[in-house]
Amino acid sequence: MSLWRIVFTNLRRHRVRTAIGAAGIALGVATMLSVVGLLGGAVKMFERILRSDAEMVVFEKNVSDLFFSNVPMELADDLAAQPFVKEVQPVLFTIITAPDRPVVTCFGIRAADGRLKKGEWLQGSADDFSDDGESIVLGERAADFLDAKVGGMVELGQGKYPVAGVVRMENGFENGGVFMPLATCQEAFHKEGVCSVITVALAAGRESSEVKRWMDETNPRFTALENEEFSRSYSQFKILKTTSWVVGGCAFLLGGLSVTNTMILSVFGRIRELAIARVCGFSRAQVAAMIFGESILISLLGTVTGWLLSTGGLYLLRELPQLQGYIEPRIGALEVAGATGLAIFTALGGAMYPAWIAARLKPAHALRFE
Amino acid sequence: MSEPIVTIRDVWKSYDRGRIEVLRGVTMDVREGEIVALCGSSGCGKSTLLNVMSGLEEADKGTVRAFDRDVSDETVRVELLRHKIGYVFQLHHLMPDLTLQENCLVPIVAIRGHRREALARLKELADATGISHRLGQRVRELSGGERQRGALVRALMNDPGLLLCDEPTGALDERNREVVFDLLLELVRSRGRTMVIATHDPSIAGRCDRTLRMRDGIIVGEDAR
Repeated sequence: MSLWRIVFTNLRRHRVRTAIGAAGIALGVATMLSVVGLLGGAVKMFERILRSDAEMVVFEKNVSDLFFSNVPMELADDLAAQPFVKEVQPVLFTIITAPDRPVVTCFGIRAADGRLKKGEWLQGSADDFSDDGESIVLGERAADFLDAKVGGMVELGQGKYPVAGVVRMENGFENGGVFMPLATCQEAFHKEGVCSVITVALAAGRESSEVKRWMDETNPRFTALENEEFSRSYSQFKILKTTSWVVGGCAFLLGGLSVTNTMILSVFGRIRELAIARVCGFSRAQVAAMIFGESILISLLGTVTGWLLSTGGLYLLRELPQLQGYIEPRIGALEVAGATGLAIFTALGGAMYPAWIAARLKPAHALRFE
Repeated sequence: MSEPIVTIRDVWKSYDRGRIEVLRGVTMDVREGEIVALCGSSGCGKSTLLNVMSGLEEADKGTVRAFDRDVSDETVRVELLRHKIGYVFQLHHLMPDLTLQENCLVPIVAIRGHRREALARLKELADATGISHRLGQRVRELSGGERQRGALVRALMNDPGLLLCDEPTGALDERNREVVFDLLLELVRSRGRTMVIATHDPSIAGRCDRTLRMRDGIIVGEDAR
């Protein structure tokens, strides 16, 4: 017989109440893990678009969004000439409109950019996409919603472009996007001579610090970051990540209220038993430990349930045909540990008031409680 | 004559912000090995006096010492309830979803006592009270008499020097009332323990060493045998 036996017994005898408390936490955990997982997946997908085969990315300092970054093409040429650089690829990110489709992501790239080679060519071939042509390549989903095929013309923004190929890309953003020759893209968006970012592949044995130092000395308006560094510092990613944790935190707050409510009911439902425990020599700390113990067990039950719910829910979302390629949920150990930590914190916070009531109750009064 | 283990001096206690005076200047001693009955009609202050004696309720005025310690101190109160004072109420107040054995072991949980020693003590007390065969049953499966005997065993688990009983047979039928009170007397006398029992039953009071008669919050008389 131990304190935990009393805790378990009390949770078991009020199964519905326990389930309701755990459900509050489960919803909090499920919401947090789903939102964090979804947004984390989206961030990873965007990172991969940037990365391609490079280790670093160069962009304009202090821009809130890469769509607003203007990097001169001369910088790409200068960088390419440096001994520590193996290859550079300028990329222009834009948003373009099409009939019945107000937002289509457009990637202005050079033909030598490796990303198209990674796709599965459904129509046409990589040879049909050239730097000096106007022909564009469509991701599979973009070809679908634009109702386009190789040999046809697609209306995008102010112009019409011949379709050179259709590729199936693993990444949802790319699969629903348009690949345009860089020069054509620059002209269409009046961004002649500039790109959004330059991806940099390092020469063998060279260090990223060499790129950074060169950039600081010769082009202080621009910054060169390693991919990991970029992920950590890019404001849009930070906003997304912060938003997901804030939304999850709010869900937890509601879960905490549910635990508080459950535990208050639990305290008042057996106030005489708590009084008897005090008469039998339980200290205030032991009574509080009983309440906290119940609350933590409820939270752990909720955490496991919430994790299962979110994993199942994300799996179903990923399998939906409409969302294929756009959902790349990532629930890693860090997210699970974070949610579990928050659940325990919520449990302790939610049980604080009920535990205070239980610890402070006067046994003689409590035994007269109706 | 043995030393008093409980000394109460000019104790006052009221409820409802002083509007209901329950104890009005009670002074008494309880000596080691004594069995004292607090007798009087309902509402005369017997239960409150027991509660004040154990520290379960704080006196508004006056001093209460048990085992030469001030019971108004929280740490002392917990210490006394763990090792020196056992309590039996009119209702058994056992936890319905625990077995009788688990209920009896609740005081051991409080002191984090050794399981083996606790089980040996439980067996001894259960044998003495005739509930050994019911220890594995849940409380809801027991009769009223068995429950009250269980409550008695729970109160004695830590071998307290002082047993406080608040109408311990008040909720039992006549036959069980006799059985339980006989047990209570036997257990306390055979171990040389002290007991204070609140009762309005003259036959029970008549079997105690001393009876203190209470009326309207004061002790109005004493009968010693």
